[in-house]
Order: sequence, then structure tokens, then C-alpha cells
Amino acid sequence: MLSCKQSSQLLSQSLDRKLLRRELIALRLHLMLCSMCRRFGQQVAGIRLLVRRSRQQIEQDEAVTLPTEAKQRIARALESLRTQRT
Amino acid sequence: MTAAAENNQHEWLVEYGDYLYRYALARLRDPHLAEDAVQETLVAAIQNNSYEGQSAPRTWLTGILKHKIIDLMRRQMREQPLDGDNLPEEPGMDDFFADDDGHWIDKPQFWTAPEDELEQKQFLVILQQCMDRLPKKLAQIFLMREVHESDNEEICKELEISPTNAWVMLYRARMGLRKCLELNWLGK
Repeated sequence: MLSCKQSSQLLSQSLDRKLLRRELIALRLHLMLCSMCRRFGQQVAGIRLLVRRSRQQIEQDEAVTLPTEAKQRIARALESLRTQRT
Repeated sequence: MTAAAENNQHEWLVEYGDYLYRYALARLRDPHLAEDAVQETLVAAIQNNSYEGQSAPRTWLTGILKHKIIDLMRRQMREQPLDGDNLPEEPGMDDFFADDDGHWIDKPQFWTAPEDELEQKQFLVILQQCMDRLPKKLAQIFLMREVHESDNEEICKELEISPTNAWVMLYRARMGLRKCLELNWLGK
């Protein structure tokens, strides 16, 4: 029987790799009996979804722009590159 | 390269700077690093002079940016040396489970999912703060996995760590984030 500690580790790893058959069976058995680990599993999977949603939110936010200062600095860097080349 | 194409290069910063910055910021979560990524991308693009118009410039530049982002993440990680496979226990990691039988001591509490748009925005702000509070190397590997969507093989190759080490670090990152969200989201 898995402990909650082992079960939480497998739940996390299931987001990163395919679990082995015997791991999966042991995990399912544990989850049937343990509401805390079921909750934990839903929460870490939920965090993944929310993190990805927040990435999309930043990507699509037109209000987020390259700061003027950085733009000028980059423009200067590119300019000196062009002068070197010619 | 034709004169026209050469001319277009001057416009890349103006045309695509904001887009590239948003793309980088969404993955690196650090304004300064994101600026660096944009600069390195444009410098490399113009230096190598290899744009041949086979794809739209934005797509082509984004391809370069992806590599630069990984480079920056790796550099960040290198500045935070890893102790091989013997990761020291993060403080607090022991407090989640009982020593004897591994049962939850610090039981996961019930959360309500953020409901409307406003709540979702608040939740994302807290999520960001919680990521900022993670030990840096954990935050980096977490971003690489969850935001950049690198697979484990790529993470191990880029960071020169073992798969087991990667799983342990991702586990710790998730444990830390989950706890932080519980404290700060539940507490609202």
C-alpha cells in the first residue's frame, strides 16, 4: 500500500512521465481510499492549467509592450552591428 | 540579401519587438530577462543574416527566440549550482508528511476554483507571487516544464541533471506552489 507521501510523488510524476502499470494500479488503489490525495492530485493538475492560461494571457495582452528604454538600447545595439558590418 | 530585405531588418524591432517581448515575458516571467531575450534574438537574426523569406519574419524570429529563452533559463540555473543528485531537503518539505507512515500532516485544504474573470486575474497575480517565492532553481525548472512545455528529456539535457533529479525538483516546486496558493488564495 502506498503512503500519501509516495502517492503525492507519483501524482506529480504522472504530469511528467508515463507511470508504469504497477505504479498506476497502486496509485489508483490509494486514490480510491484517500480523499486528501485525490484533492492534491486535482490541485496540482489545476495549477498546470492555470499556469498555461496565465502564459496565454500575457502573450495576448496588447498592453504589455517592450519598454521604451529597452527599445532604444536594442536599437543602439543593432545600429552598432550594422556599422561594424559596413 | 537584397537591398529591400536589408531594409526590412531595420523594421524588425519596431514591427515585432512588442510581440517577441510578450512571448518571452510569458515564459521567463522576468522583464529584464525578457528584454535580454529580445535583444539577443534580433542581434543573432541580423548577425547571421540568414533570413531567406521562407517563412514570415515573425515566425522565423520566434524560432530564434525559443532557443534564446532556453539559453537564458539554463544560464539562470547554472548560477544556482545543483548538488548533483544529492539535493538538500528544502526547508519545510518534511512538514507535509508524518515521518513514520508518510500520511498527510499538513492536509491539502479545499479550494474553490476562481470563478469569474476578476477572480481569475487575482488568482494569477497570487500564482505569480508564489512562483517568485520558490527557490530560484525550482522556479526555473517549473517554468521550463509547465510554461515552456519542455519534456523531461529536454530538461535533463539542458540542465545536465538525471531524470530522477528532475522529477524530485518538479515535485518540490509543485508542493511549494500548492502550499503557497493554499495560504494566499484560501485566505482571501
